[in-house]
Amino acid sequence: MNSIPGPAAQGDAAITRTALPPLRFGRRSLVSAGAGLLAGGGLILPGRALGQQSAEITVDRARAEPIPIAIPNLVGVGGGDTAQLGRDMAGVISNNLARSGLFRAIDRAAFVAQGAGDVPNFANWKVIGAQALVTGKVESQGGDRVRVEFRLWDILPQTQIQGTAYTATTGNWRRIAHIISDVIYERLLGEKGYFDTRVVYIAGSGPRDRRVKRLAIMDQDGENNRFLTDGSALALSPRFHPTRDQIAYMSYVNNRPRVYTFDLGSGRQQMLGNFEGITLSPRYAPDGNNIIMAQTRGAGSEIVLIPVGGGAPRRLTDAGGGAIDVSPCFSPDGQQIVFESDRGGDQQLYVMSASGGGAKRISFGQGKYATPVWSPRGDLIAFTRITGGTFAIGVMRPDGSGERILSESFYVEGPTFAPNGRVIMFWRETAARDARGNGFTSRLVSIDITGFNERQMTTPTDASDPAWSPLPA
Amino acid sequence: MNIKILGTVAAVALLAACSNQAATSTGPVSSGPVPGSQEDLVANVGDRVFFDLNKNALRSDARITLERQAAWLQKWSANNVQVAGNCDERGTQAYNIALGQRRANAARDFLVAKGVAATRITTISYGKDRPTALGSNEQAWAQNRNAITSVR
Repeated sequence: MNSIPGPAAQGDAAITRTALPPLRFGRRSLVSAGAGLLAGGGLILPGRALGQQSAEITVDRARAEPIPIAIPNLVGVGGGDTAQLGRDMAGVISNNLARSGLFRAIDRAAFVAQGAGDVPNFANWKVIGAQALVTGKVESQGGDRVRVEFRLWDILPQTQIQGTAYTATTGNWRRIAHIISDVIYERLLGEKGYFDTRVVYIAGSGPRDRRVKRLAIMDQDGENNRFLTDGSALALSPRFHPTRDQIAYMSYVNNRPRVYTFDLGSGRQQMLGNFEGITLSPRYAPDGNNIIMAQTRGAGSEIVLIPVGGGAPRRLTDAGGGAIDVSPCFSPDGQQIVFESDRGGDQQLYVMSASGGGAKRISFGQGKYATPVWSPRGDLIAFTRITGGTFAIGVMRPDGSGERILSESFYVEGPTFAPNGRVIMFWRETAARDARGNGFTSRLVSIDITGFNERQMTTPTDASDPAWSPLPA
Repeated sequence: MNIKILGTVAAVALLAACSNQAATSTGPVSSGPVPGSQEDLVANVGDRVFFDLNKNALRSDARITLERQAAWLQKWSANNVQVAGNCDERGTQAYNIALGQRRANAARDFLVAKGVAATRITTISYGKDRPTALGSNEQAWAQNRNAITSVR
């Protein structure tokens, strides 16, 4: 039994996890709960295993057949709202897996049996083409507490792949559904999921010449939206701390555009350092102790590193020559920094050592390159590319090779990686169609790094500047 | 009762408006912007200068406007100003903030070179977040690549 750390801002997030012993069934009897489906003749996985490192970027993955999975409602036990919770949780899990593009949640209308007993009748699920089955119960433990039991089954060899029970307060039901989704994703695909995560972004409203921009946060599936600032000051470019419940972002508080840290638990914010120039485009170092950002000086801007709590900044590039250096981002091992600079004439991407030396240009395609962000896997750098009148989101290897454009339109910007490096989120704007600005929209969009499965997020207002949270440790 | 009073006030205001109009069309200018005010700067000097795409170099038309601003600031020596740099929507956000600052600095440096005390001028950049023109076309973008001077 162990407990799962959670974002403090979500209140009582203590979720206790217990491994469930495999159930006895059939002649196969005890199947190791630890055995993934990759062992034995279980699920036929399309394409290459995701966790496999390859010099080549796999582009066929998301186009392969998604895994058909049956997710009946979790069974409510003990009355109250447990049945409703069971339905809602199955819905969240189905939605997560289907949105990934790597699973197909089988239509419930096709189910031979709506529920599944402790040991499923595998024939009922095999006949509708399911390769995997999720079963579970939601049991009231009195008061506000529930115990959620979940099992993942491999239909062909009739084995239990995973069994886990979670106990928590009812208010955590959505998080438990995300955690279960991550377990399913990881057990069936061989790499970590990204469902128990959040996205911080900028919510935009009002006419464009008096635009209100607020810091906002939501779950990765768009639920639990919360506005974090009141909109009295422009807010831009939020980024998550790698482990703490803290955000770094840029705010125009007191008409002084500077980078602030914002504590999600208390809502307290603090200006980072005391800089003469504008500070902008912050990002945390992987160790969480420092923030890297740009500060304007003279005609240019330079990259500086500063401790998260403030303190003496270290200048890593020099604006003395008048170049604009912005949007720095560390490699996940903390050894290198990618940033954009117009030192060569127009915006291009450069990689330098973490101490600031030896900047080398890596972008050589057509057009200008901006907003580089290093994949948490380390294997790719995502960017915004501007070519003529078109904006695009793309990826390249850290040495600049293997460039691929994922999405292209009138205006897209600002890629951010899901913590498993598999999905990118960015924002897309549409052009105003008249002089009053009607027709302008700004939306968050997610896409698989293969360039498939592009989906627009639903947000209560216009949205931009997404930043994906890490998975809770 | 209240309505009656309101009606009377409105009638008086209307009369005043009429007589004002009559005055401006016949007599000397007496109802223009208060000299030395922001409105004066906008109407009689020019509060903004424009830049070419991705540039912060001052064009000849910008220099003419800034010359007039410098002279105006010499005359109204109690006025402090903010110069705000802006960009069109066709650039990435962070870069545009830095580019807007470049433009604000270019205008500020010119005013200082013309004798305005640097201490009277603050600068800021709004990147592309405070556009003047709201369309998505070349004319709108040209208007939004600017540095705007305002009395503080």
